[in-house]
Amino acid sequence: MLRVGWKGARAAARQCVCGRVKGHALQTCRRYTTAGDSGSAAGKIVAASLLTVGGGLGGTILYAKWDPKFRANLEKSVPYSDQLFEMVLGPPPPPLVPLQKKPGKIEPLQISSLSEASKESKQPKAKAKKSDPAPVEEAPTPQTLEGEESKGHHEPALKERPAEEVTARLAQQDKAEQDALAALTAGLEESLGSSAKTTLQAIGAQEAALTAIATHTHRLREAMDSETPPDEKSSQWTALNEALSDRTRAMEEAEEALLKAKGELEHLRGVINSAKQSKIDAVRPQILAAEENLHSMIVDLDKVVTKVQTAQTEARIVSQYSELVNEAKAQFQQELANITPEIQANWKGLSGQLSADDLNSLIAHAHRRIDQLNRELAEQRVREQIHIEAALEQQKLEDQRALERAVASALEHRREDVRLEQEKKVQEVREVMEAEMRTQLRRQAAAHTDHLRDVLKVQEMELREEAQEILNSKMMEQETHYRRLTQEQLDTFTLDMNAAYARLKGIEEAIDSHVIAEEEARKAHQLWLSVEALNYTLKSAGPDSPTEPLEGAVQAIKENCAENEFAQALATALPEESLSRGIYSEASLRARFYDIRRLARRVALIDETRNSLYQYFLSFLQSILLFEREQIAPPSKLAPEDLDTFRLLAYATYSIERGDLELAAKFVNQLRGESQRVAQDWLKEARLTLETKQVISLLSAYANAVGLGTTQAP
Amino acid sequence: MSEKELGQKWDRCLADSAIKFGTGLGLGIVFSVVFFKRRTWPIVFGTGLGLGMAYSNCQNDLKSHYVLHSKVAKEQ
Repeated sequence: MLRVGWKGARAAARQCVCGRVKGHALQTCRRYTTAGDSGSAAGKIVAASLLTVGGGLGGTILYAKWDPKFRANLEKSVPYSDQLFEMVLGPPPPPLVPLQKKPGKIEPLQISSLSEASKESKQPKAKAKKSDPAPVEEAPTPQTLEGEESKGHHEPALKERPAEEVTARLAQQDKAEQDALAALTAGLEESLGSSAKTTLQAIGAQEAALTAIATHTHRLREAMDSETPPDEKSSQWTALNEALSDRTRAMEEAEEALLKAKGELEHLRGVINSAKQSKIDAVRPQILAAEENLHSMIVDLDKVVTKVQTAQTEARIVSQYSELVNEAKAQFQQELANITPEIQANWKGLSGQLSADDLNSLIAHAHRRIDQLNRELAEQRVREQIHIEAALEQQKLEDQRALERAVASALEHRREDVRLEQEKKVQEVREVMEAEMRTQLRRQAAAHTDHLRDVLKVQEMELREEAQEILNSKMMEQETHYRRLTQEQLDTFTLDMNAAYARLKGIEEAIDSHVIAEEEARKAHQLWLSVEALNYTLKSAGPDSPTEPLEGAVQAIKENCAENEFAQALATALPEESLSRGIYSEASLRARFYDIRRLARRVALIDETRNSLYQYFLSFLQSILLFEREQIAPPSKLAPEDLDTFRLLAYATYSIERGDLELAAKFVNQLRGESQRVAQDWLKEARLTLETKQVISLLSAYANAVGLGTTQAP
Repeated sequence: MSEKELGQKWDRCLADSAIKFGTGLGLGIVFSVVFFKRRTWPIVFGTGLGLGMAYSNCQNDLKSHYVLHSKVAKEQ
């Protein structure tokens, strides 16, 4: 309802105002319409610019949000943009930090350290464990990963592994090694065994071949040496054939076995190489042994092969010889057959069946043949040297070749031997060194611990002594300090005591000497206090009521200063009225005075002679019509014309206004007639007050003087 | 208080005059009605009487302080 009323009021006011404004409105409207187009255009321009600016800002912010580099650039170039961006977009994204490669290094280190640990298994396990976490922790600055991508994934999450995990890993790796070792050894042994078997087989076969060749050669030689009778010759020849077949078979077998052995050896070599590559050191002696075995087998094989080869060459020579012989025989037989075609069969058994012709032709043929042979022989003898030289050369060459071959193979064998020996030696030395190092380390560790213990003991003792010394010295210091302090305290205390005692004595004397003065002062104070009390009672005057009767206070004064005559005299000098009834205060007297004044003015004409009612009326009229200053400064001497009521009252008013009640009372005293009668009481009161005040002021002055006098030193 | 005396005197005066005036008026009215056939002059007369008496009283009261009082001395 209030609001409705308010609205109505506003509407009414508006109507009122609008009624007045309507005249202007039309004019202003006209002006607005002409300016309206430009106004809307301005508005359009303003709106467009605002839009542009806003769009630009928004776009910048969005882009900065998307591209942190742009944001960084902008923050650098524009002063307060970083705050704006922080407010709008939040803090800038942190720069990319390269990932720590540290944990990735742990794996390869661990493996190597683990291998070390596994090698030196005699060292206490705890030390290994400690040394393992230590390198794990103190992994150096990031290095390139050793190609293990999976470890790269674990990088950020990888921390120091607990000891159990480390031991587990150690055990695992140990086991893996052991397994590999076992596998390798097994493989090695297997291959060794198989190759040994095959080599033995090959050697056996070769030796068999050798024997076969030897028997064959022997048989052949026997067969060549045709000393045996013909029956045995055929058996010899059969035996020879057998031996030949044996030989060929044995050779084939030997070849086969050799190939197989060579294959096995190659396999063994391959296994050895792979074992070498596996880098497990425990296998090394076995590898060495295997290599040795291999080498020996190879050597044996080679030896046997060379033997076989020599046998073969011999056999070849013998076979060549046998062939030549056979050829000669065949030729001879052919010749014989040519000469004696009848005799076909074995001519040795035909000695009794031959005729003389045959015999002659035979002998002739034989002679011819002998001649031929002699000629050949001579020729041969001549060419013998050359042949021999050529043969020698050939032989030399062959020998050389054989020698070279033998030398080469021997060198190879030797080299292999030496290498094996070297490796063996190296292995031994390494083992020895390792054992020694272990012992030395142990010794060193023991020595170190002993040394540490000793040093610690010594240090402890030293430190203890030092501490003890320091403690003692400090204690001494503290004691001396304490003693000094107490002594000082005592001294100061004694001094203070003495000083205090002296002062006390002095004070006592001073007090004794001041007692009298105090007494006097006390009395003076009492007097003063009582006078003050009297003064105070003066204040108890109300605006219209008098003070309390001053009797009590005066009585107190009389009591307090019974021996003070002056005070007694003064106390008795007080008027009775003030004692019994009290006095009026100056303020009340002042206020009363104005009443008196008014009244006195009104009855100024009335005195003994004129006091009718008509005179009263005239006096009243006079008081109304007479204009005079309220206050006139009184002269120092009064002239007779000053004794006019109005004049006197003016003087009195002036005096009263200046606070001079005495003078006012004096002037009021000069009034005559009815005015006097009217002011009588007031005058009396004023007189009373003045008297009392005078006495009291005298008393207080006296009290002050006495008090002042007593405060002076006697 | 001496200054109140005058005031008291005037109070008495006024009260007295009021009474006398009223009484005079009243008696005048009475006399006029009763004895003098409602004529005006007794009322006026009575009022005047009253006022006069009051005036005289007032004056005497105010003068009282200045009037000498004589005493007839006793004859010895």
